[in-house]
Amino acid sequence: MRELSLHLIDIIQNSVVAKATLITIELDVDTVKDYLKITVTDNGCGMNEETLKKVKDPFVTSRKTRKVGLGLSLFEAACNRCEGYLDVSSREGDGTNVTAYMRFNHIDRMPVGNISDTIASSLLNGDVDIVFKYRFDEGSFEFDSREIKKIVGDDLGDPEIITWIREYITENIENIHGGAI
Amino acid sequence: MKSIQELEAIRKKTIDNVNQRKDRTTTRIVVGMATCGIAAGARPVLLAIMDEISKQGLSDVSVVQTGCIGVCRLEPIVEVIKPGEEKVTYIKMDADKARRMVNEHVVGGKVVDEYVMHIIDGHIVNDYTVKND
Repeated sequence: MRELSLHLIDIIQNSVVAKATLITIELDVDTVKDYLKITVTDNGCGMNEETLKKVKDPFVTSRKTRKVGLGLSLFEAACNRCEGYLDVSSREGDGTNVTAYMRFNHIDRMPVGNISDTIASSLLNGDVDIVFKYRFDEGSFEFDSREIKKIVGDDLGDPEIITWIREYITENIENIHGGAI
Repeated sequence: MKSIQELEAIRKKTIDNVNQRKDRTTTRIVVGMATCGIAAGARPVLLAIMDEISKQGLSDVSVVQTGCIGVCRLEPIVEVIKPGEEKVTYIKMDADKARRMVNEHVVGGKVVDEYVMHIIDGHIVNDYTVKND
């Protein structure tokens, strides 16, 4: 993976597979305290304790096509090399929370990358709603797909709507800070 | 700046499309979006397909995502399923190839042979090039 937003899309897909209907994504940057934190919280099927213990093991996966699952392992490696950590908590039937933490100014920290493309492509998963909270020092922005659905109806799959959402998120992030982080 | 009014206008324009997309005569485009696909560049492929559909004004096409299709070394993989036709699997896609695929295959009805997965004697020949086209 070249960007944190690609790791993020991968974690979101896990939530989708877990039949989540609401996924809350928080991206929190504090340049003074020098950290970048990403949390993904879903209301999917969750995991039991036994699965949770093994979840970051690359040789554990729920998929049937192969015996390896690299998503969380790769994300954890990306956090660890920036003096950070990846934490997964879950309760069966309640949902799952993934927290990724790293030093913002660490030389090995991946760029955040194109976060609006990540949110927009995740919304193409049909019946899933996404709340996206972005905070960069004092600036913050919140996106809620349920608000969009109130206006355009339940189907966000139309290309024009997806394009609008991409540009909307991009503009709002640019308003908080110019340039990529 | 993007405004909510704009969104209202889009809704009025696309309300008919939504109804059309739900019936069964639509073409389905499936993009593999597991770890393997994402790392290989599936996100720009997915969004290029959406963008091209929008540019061409196609209303009878739906784009969906799936997990790992099973041949990770050939990602990004895109499957095109036209009603009444056999599924076509495109491999090693990128944004430009995806746009060409939408134009020539989805709109024009002609499969882009160079990008399609070829299976010969049970083996995938992914470096296949068209010689007599």
